[in-house]
Amino acid sequence: MALDAALVQHLATLVRIGLSEEELETLREQLSHILEQFEVLSELDPAALTANVQAQDLPHGSGVMREDVAADSLEPAEVLQNAPRLEGEFFRVKVVLEE
Amino acid sequence: MATPERLTIHEAQQRLARREISSVELTRSCLERIDQVEDRVKAFITVTGDLALQQAGEADRRIEAGQGGPLNGIPVQIKDVMCTRGIRTTCASRMLEDYVPVYDATVVEKLLHQGAVLLGKGNMDEFAMGSSTENSAFFPTRNPWDLDRVPGGSSGGAAASVAAGEAVYALGSDTGGSVRQPASLCGVVGMKPTYGLVSRYGLIAYASSFDQIGPVTQDVTDCAIVLNAITGHDPRDATSLTHEKTDYTAGIAGDSSSSPLSQLGPQGGRFRLGVPDEYFVDGMEDGVRQTLMAAIETMEGLGASVERVSLPTTRYALACYYIIAPSECSANLARYDGVKYGYSYQDTDQMWEAMERTRQHGFGPEVCRRIMLGTYALSAGYYDAYYLKAQQARTLIREDFTRVFQQVDALLTPTSPVVAFPLGEKTADPVEMYLIDVCTLPVNIAGLPGLSIPCGFSQGLPVGMQLIGPQLSEPALLRLGYAYQQATGWHKQLPEI
Repeated sequence: MALDAALVQHLATLVRIGLSEEELETLREQLSHILEQFEVLSELDPAALTANVQAQDLPHGSGVMREDVAADSLEPAEVLQNAPRLEGEFFRVKVVLEE
Repeated sequence: MATPERLTIHEAQQRLARREISSVELTRSCLERIDQVEDRVKAFITVTGDLALQQAGEADRRIEAGQGGPLNGIPVQIKDVMCTRGIRTTCASRMLEDYVPVYDATVVEKLLHQGAVLLGKGNMDEFAMGSSTENSAFFPTRNPWDLDRVPGGSSGGAAASVAAGEAVYALGSDTGGSVRQPASLCGVVGMKPTYGLVSRYGLIAYASSFDQIGPVTQDVTDCAIVLNAITGHDPRDATSLTHEKTDYTAGIAGDSSSSPLSQLGPQGGRFRLGVPDEYFVDGMEDGVRQTLMAAIETMEGLGASVERVSLPTTRYALACYYIIAPSECSANLARYDGVKYGYSYQDTDQMWEAMERTRQHGFGPEVCRRIMLGTYALSAGYYDAYYLKAQQARTLIREDFTRVFQQVDALLTPTSPVVAFPLGEKTADPVEMYLIDVCTLPVNIAGLPGLSIPCGFSQGLPVGMQLIGPQLSEPALLRLGYAYQQATGWHKQLPEI
């Protein structure tokens, strides 16, 4: 299935990755080519299979519960140590809302 | 006698215990080897020489005091996707180029607790996405058997460092073949354990329903030793299994040259090997096919029974993986926003623009492709056609394996349909690179263990055989691999570099 440029631009907006016109066109071609490889799945009959879809990603089946035990956690200074911009003990972000 | 850096873990262990060599000497010889070959191989993103020598000194003191386990004092390389406290962990990405973790991954904690000596962090495809290590944002790694060829990927640094004698062993991670395929292309042993067997706490996430950490070693015995060290339940990883701890070295230590496969099967009968037709794909190289055929004959000679089997849903594996893994990646990599850690574009005062530029400059092309692809597959209107279908295919692939494992005890396949290919040969078309993983992807899709061991050469380059078993069948796979290795000795061939 060939993707159109508007859809690729929409995806880029959703994933918050800036793209030049050239990068967008390259991605459009490559993603379209990759999607062709997925056509084999159209053979599958969804109605026949739906019942199996759930809970398959825990191969060993157990719901994971544990006791709520207090334990040491990282110091704030450690958590903040890799931050590009700080203000006191806070991450500093850019302007979110414009007037 | 092997030069110190060419010792296996079990050989080094013995010589350390007998005081024939010290950990400092062993570590120095690895660091010297790194000095000699690293400018050509490029297997390391970071070399931690001073730390390694300090750890080696401590290991020697433990040996003096009669302490220390099987990995005490033995130098290791760790793929740069596992967090190491105080040591830069980049994931081979501009995004994490200066990231210094404040905690150790569970596997790192376990190895250090057992006295491991950390030589440094291994090169890889960015965020473990790729099959040749050419997607590293810093530099490609080269195959020690032929420096014009790739080492495979994404754990290319791990496999190349062990093959080149820079490290005694390494840890890699395997999401779709990323330990086994480079092990195969570099002529070393690599294992992807059962999903959940090894904790992923501190492993930088790519596709969480597939990711698993595994050993890269010089032989099968070493693989078992490392597996002993890194497995075990971890409450910090919700997918971590809670089963009882196993000794993976049981039944493979010592030199038994007899024919154990005639008694390795259930109830002491013959071990039943299945050879699935679907893994001998159209694009497979003749030399690889012939090498595999010879390996199958060897297995029969060792007492295993061999039969052809069929896994018809293998045809869905590529599509299944390349829909689900990018979907999970698109969610996992949403955290890189330039606010909390990692690369951050500063040349604007607008938040959205900062985020878009951060991700544009921080991620390489393959990472961008997979994030976009995954977001597309999860979008309203496409979800049923892609993500849901892929999950259905995943169920079918798992059921196929379950059925075939009622018939045979393990499967024997090629690890890769091709030997190591020249750098740049497959970078233009992403799909061509994806096809390299056809034999390894199904194993991650079904959460099974897979072991790749050297089984010969084609065009002078190593060929790997993959052994696949039911979940938690690692002990059987290791015994099988050990029997083969003892009978053939392919793993003892070393590249001249």
